[in-house]
Amino acid sequence: MSDVKLVKDPYNVIITGVGGQGNVLASRLLGGILAKKGFLVTIGETFGASQRGGSVMSHLRISREVLASPQIPKGRADVIVSLEPAEALRVLALYGNPATILLTNNHPIYPVGVIKGDMVYPPVAEMEAAVKEVLPTARFIAATARALALGNSILVNIVMLGALGRLNVVPLSREDFREAIAARLATGQLAINLQAFDAGYGMV
Amino acid sequence: MSYLIDEGKNASHLLMGNEAIVRGALEAGINVAAGYPGTPSSEIIECFSQVAKERNLYVEWSTNEKVAVEVAAAASFAGLRSLCVMKQNGVNVASDFLLHLASSGTRGGMLLVTCDDPGALSSVNEGESRLFAQLLEIPLLEPGDFQEAKDIIPWAFALSEEIRNIVMVRSVTRLSHASGNVRFGPLPATAAKAEFHYSGPLLDPDTGPMIAMIVAAPEAQHVPQQNKMKRAAEIFETCPFNTYTGPAAPELLIVTSSACSLYSREAVSILGLAERVGILKLATTWPLPQQLLKRHLAAAPEILFVEEVAPTLEDHVKVVAAEAGAEIGVKTFFGKKSGHLPSVGELNPDLVLAALSRIFNVPYEGTPAAFSGAVKALAAKYAPPRGMTFCPGCPHRASYWSINNAVKLDGRGGFVCGDIGCYVMGTMAAGFNTCKTLHAMGSGSGIASGFGKLKQFGMDQPVMAVCGDSTFFHAAMPALANAIHQRSPFTLMLMDNRGTAMTGFQPHPGSPTNVLGDPVPALDMEKICRAMGAKVEVSDPFDLEKTRQKLNHLMEYADGAKVLILRRACALSPERRGKKDYEVTVDESRCRGEDCGCNRICTRIFGCPGLIWDGEKKVSRIDEIICVGCGVCADICPAGAIVRKEVA
Repeated sequence: MSDVKLVKDPYNVIITGVGGQGNVLASRLLGGILAKKGFLVTIGETFGASQRGGSVMSHLRISREVLASPQIPKGRADVIVSLEPAEALRVLALYGNPATILLTNNHPIYPVGVIKGDMVYPPVAEMEAAVKEVLPTARFIAATARALALGNSILVNIVMLGALGRLNVVPLSREDFREAIAARLATGQLAINLQAFDAGYGMV
Repeated sequence: MSYLIDEGKNASHLLMGNEAIVRGALEAGINVAAGYPGTPSSEIIECFSQVAKERNLYVEWSTNEKVAVEVAAAASFAGLRSLCVMKQNGVNVASDFLLHLASSGTRGGMLLVTCDDPGALSSVNEGESRLFAQLLEIPLLEPGDFQEAKDIIPWAFALSEEIRNIVMVRSVTRLSHASGNVRFGPLPATAAKAEFHYSGPLLDPDTGPMIAMIVAAPEAQHVPQQNKMKRAAEIFETCPFNTYTGPAAPELLIVTSSACSLYSREAVSILGLAERVGILKLATTWPLPQQLLKRHLAAAPEILFVEEVAPTLEDHVKVVAAEAGAEIGVKTFFGKKSGHLPSVGELNPDLVLAALSRIFNVPYEGTPAAFSGAVKALAAKYAPPRGMTFCPGCPHRASYWSINNAVKLDGRGGFVCGDIGCYVMGTMAAGFNTCKTLHAMGSGSGIASGFGKLKQFGMDQPVMAVCGDSTFFHAAMPALANAIHQRSPFTLMLMDNRGTAMTGFQPHPGSPTNVLGDPVPALDMEKICRAMGAKVEVSDPFDLEKTRQKLNHLMEYADGAKVLILRRACALSPERRGKKDYEVTVDESRCRGEDCGCNRICTRIFGCPGLIWDGEKKVSRIDEIICVGCGVCADICPAGAIVRKEVA
């Protein structure tokens, strides 16, 4: 067991996004890494019918002492990692508090109402400015742009994990990630995923 | 090698509840597993299939849940350990056989694993399977966390063999689809020999035929069945999975089970009530361990029930308390009936916090109100809600487009009876609000068969129904047989997208491979429908005009049931995923936007996520990251502005 201390116990992480963005893989990778380090980890997820193009959210609870419930109580998220900016805001409203660390991708995925022209998705820069007035530490990063530069938007979840690793709030090193991804994905995908992790690490 | 068969000493893995159930069954030496897919249960059969060869298991996706229980029962009759698995709605389907099975009893250990979905997160209802245990008179176990989800399975098999009856194990979405640390135990050797003994006397539990038959003699089987329940209740008094945490004489006793025990523990801890509140977490929720309950009820003046969906524990424990009233005194009860917890939806720590805060009159604020108010205002302004829709390139969107157009052109007020699958969205804007009834699997066809016979009462509306390929085999075939036999002139649109798409492409009897990927005979739905006597047409839903024409033609045909097979693999299916047939673009010089008169038919009505209304340029455009190149939208645009070019 590593001697890494948690800032708070249980430490609560939410990874959120839109169905299809690789939210579940990101939470499982992180959960697996932490469980291997000897932490008690609970991951609460919902997936299935309601997630076809809908919001998805994973609750990770990390503890030395107690197996926490699969749902974080409202207002008790310590970190919110969001693969989509509007989802970040939705989750922050329910689970955030003034000390929550918010890290979000700045690339929007339009809800069907916006695609149809029935609703407007406001400019993300405007949203970012408004969020920072309430939560000055919030970080918006161009993770999708970086993933696309690496060749595939699907890498956005890994870019965001890299950025989370850099924040140093949960024990998640490049080596931890390399081991976890090597165990889960085909060897051919290892290099590109490590590049995505490094890219994210360098973005905060 | 799958981590599910890790034999390392002290091995520990982060497992989903469903995986923990599988590992528990492997540690119990399971031989046969059968199920029908349904969220949140589907991973269980999939995990068994991953280790089937190494562990010498027989695993199948059955045609429906009733067949799954029958298949698993056969294994039990032959002395093997078996398990059948389904979501809560599946228990309804299987219940007829289950009632008879509970009467005949079982031989090798047999479990019914149900994964309920409180809050209907991925269901059309939040039906409650726990009540079946009472109806069927079989024992019910509910694990409270991930470790227990594994550990309780071998215990449940032993119980099943002790009482010679099926045992029900119930999970919920927040265990099945959540993950936690699980320490592994040893795996047994995998030798098992199956043989069905039937030459002994009738009702002999080991050697007689397995027959549920108590015609006018309920004492023959019903009394032994009730004795099994009495024995289970005795065993439950010392079940190691019933646990109590808290002071010896708490001010309040929480009685809870399943994931709710975790919410209860967290809420008590947050409010600092550990010295005042005790938590009795029951794993054996039917029959209830009366003595254990009496002891705990006696120690506390007030009781709070924390459970999801129906007030099952609440009702049953109140009966125990009433019967023991003279011994334990009068209690005050809180729960759903007192209004301290909601009577619908899933629970969470906050709801339990609110109940405790009210009972103890201790204030609790989750999110600081000022912060929460400010962020909620931002979310309302900057985060437009996310509605459900069909995926880009989904054949169902194209099918519903043509169905809708055919109904309008027909002009006689026709309508479609809906069914269960991704295509439930036919009831919503995503499917152009095409479906006007929606109930259980296969019910669209049965209801349509009935509507089709109402002509003698003056009903002239053409009747249609939809069903998917897996649903066709699951429950629509008997309804279609009925319609053909009764000459009910409805049109079934069989949306064949090549697999049980909604739950993750599990095979069904029309699939060429089974759950292990081995080749198997694929039943031909077109030939089946023809052989049954229906008038059958087949169409590619991406060919909008031909599909519409065929449907209009079938709607005209009044002499009996008709089937239009709409065949096109799901856009997310392994055979389609990542493949683009067309490069699709919008020719901005031809898209006349708001001036066209089409009223933005492509984005506003057709609504494929790959097509975006560009509010600044006032034209439609393709989102190249999302578009999968099906090219269907090119046929929607009246101005010919959407251009598709075949990908070489």
